[in-house]
Amino acid sequence: MLYFIIQRMLQSVLVMLVVAAISFALFSYVGDPIEAMTGEDDPIELKQQLRASLGLDQPIPIQFARFVGNAVQGDFGVSYRARQPVMQLIAERFPATMELVFVASLIALFVGIPAGIYTALRRDSPVSYALQTGSLIGISMPTFLTGILLILVFSVWLKVLPSFGRGETVDIGWWSTGFLTVSGLKSLILPSITLGLFSTTLIMRLVRTEMLEVMRTDYIKFARARGLRDRSINFRHAFKNTLVPVVTITGMQVGSLIAFAIITETVFQWPGLGLLFIQAVGNVDIPVMAAYLVLTALMFVVINLAVDILYFFIDPRLRADRAVASGATT
Amino acid sequence: MQRDQQPRSDAAAPPILEVRNLVVAFHGLAGTLRALDDVSFSIAPGEILGVVGESGAGKSLTGAAVIGLLERPGRIDGGEILLAGRRIDNLPHAQMRKVRGREIGAIFQDPLTSLNPLLTVGEQLTETIATHLALSAKAARARAVELLAEVGIPAPANRIDDYPHHFSGGMRQRVVIALALCANPKLVIADEPTTALDVSVQAQILELIRRLGREHGTAVMLITHDMGVIAETADRVAVMYAGRVAEIGPTREIIETPHHPYTVGLMGSVPVIGEDAEDLVQIDGSMPRLNAIPPGCAFNPRCGEVMGRCLSQRPGLMPAGRSQAACWLMDTVTGDAA
Repeated sequence: MLYFIIQRMLQSVLVMLVVAAISFALFSYVGDPIEAMTGEDDPIELKQQLRASLGLDQPIPIQFARFVGNAVQGDFGVSYRARQPVMQLIAERFPATMELVFVASLIALFVGIPAGIYTALRRDSPVSYALQTGSLIGISMPTFLTGILLILVFSVWLKVLPSFGRGETVDIGWWSTGFLTVSGLKSLILPSITLGLFSTTLIMRLVRTEMLEVMRTDYIKFARARGLRDRSINFRHAFKNTLVPVVTITGMQVGSLIAFAIITETVFQWPGLGLLFIQAVGNVDIPVMAAYLVLTALMFVVINLAVDILYFFIDPRLRADRAVASGATT
Repeated sequence: MQRDQQPRSDAAAPPILEVRNLVVAFHGLAGTLRALDDVSFSIAPGEILGVVGESGAGKSLTGAAVIGLLERPGRIDGGEILLAGRRIDNLPHAQMRKVRGREIGAIFQDPLTSLNPLLTVGEQLTETIATHLALSAKAARARAVELLAEVGIPAPANRIDDYPHHFSGGMRQRVVIALALCANPKLVIADEPTTALDVSVQAQILELIRRLGREHGTAVMLITHDMGVIAETADRVAVMYAGRVAEIGPTREIIETPHHPYTVGLMGSVPVIGEDAEDLVQIDGSMPRLNAIPPGCAFNPRCGEVMGRCLSQRPGLMPAGRSQAACWLMDTVTGDAA
């Protein structure tokens, strides 16, 4: 198991290096930053001085090595636009996105999994049909449309929930949280539903399919033939066996929630990383874009590693150590 | 390897399982298919009844009907099933659940897929024990170790916390048998228990099943398509064809003097060491599909001794020597058909 984790970590490092290379390439292919930072009338000497002070006159491999070295220490340089360290900008926006993604993930799990189990076990009930139909809508409706419709209903017509922003936030150290104020919590509702809807329906449909699959297996039939209680068959025996694919997809979904937050944050003017990224794209603010790319990739890699480790707790067949020990006796 | 042909129980003992005129049908959009039609048999305490037939003859379906696990859209459309004199085919779900595992144990074909891969053998055993017997967790675990020892798992106290994948195929089938025996059931339904195993392991598992009847008086319904398994294990045999019982009788009688032309063909198709394989008899044609069972005797298109009435009238089970056969030949020259 340790060997497996080390192997996975090395793979993760490789992935991160590739992503770093891509984000580094952004600098050289999306226009000359010096041109963007200076005016047309500035003297050439100033431009060259700036180029040298930013290290842009050095060979590409050395520039890349410096980029990686700095990135590892959390230094992504200075935003072209805001003239602030990129890491500082990101740290300001990070809590907003994380809280949004956290609530959206909770919705996806605590609505998606029970709904999936229910529709698998009570296939013919009217509620299941309604959920199945509803999930089709959820899976096919684009995020921005969901957001706009929710704003229309709850902010414009009913006037019960705010249509943009985070509301009031409370600072705990460098982390600003919206969980502790009423307006902060109210502001979270619409964006997190918007963001989580797709994942909720995806997880629901996945759990349903996996449950139906497992219910057909011999060991479930054998469990029934032993007269075990329905509750135990459904949850202890069946649901547990659906967990490996469910955990995989859930992990990938949390990653894509972070990535898809861009759209939701734009619709709700949510002051998170996604909005920062969209603004950076508009301003050709390459350091911010590069940092966003690397950070998102990092989160994907970390989540995938966590999922791989979770497999060991779910499926004993992967814990090879004991199998080797007892293999001699079988 | 032939066994004592006298039933071990005394004839007066009421049967553990009695199936009377069982009809199982599938109701679908395309109409109703009768998968079991008028199936009757009984099993005495300690007796092993072999149920043989080709794939699709209704062997496994009979087992599923007895244990109350028919899958939709299949359902019992007629007849009754009695377990120790009590009718069980019309029990509500909750009560039938208590019969399963407690009074009827089941052994499935494939030991590699019958066990839940995520739970240890001990967890699966103790859960089954605790579901049916009022035992403390400690006592349930002690019984689980006993059961593993009984089915021949070496060092059961050490193996109880292993997962199914730590066991070989034969050992897993022993665990499956232990699971079927958790609550000491009166009847065990073994559906092709040895088909997925190596020949040497097969013999051990069959010996284990024979011991059940001998030591606990458990009645066994042994479903298989393997005549060798039947010859070695069963006291009596029911031969099924197209959802009906073609012939039922003592194992030796069925093997040595089969009466129904289908049984005759079936016995002729079993290779015997020392005889020329070219002498094997093959039954021409194939078993009819459920939606194309001919009127009269279901075997009539393949039968070499078909008569006029076979095409229109369906024969019931009639005495034939020490067996009973569903064949009109028995009606005219009773007990002298082979």
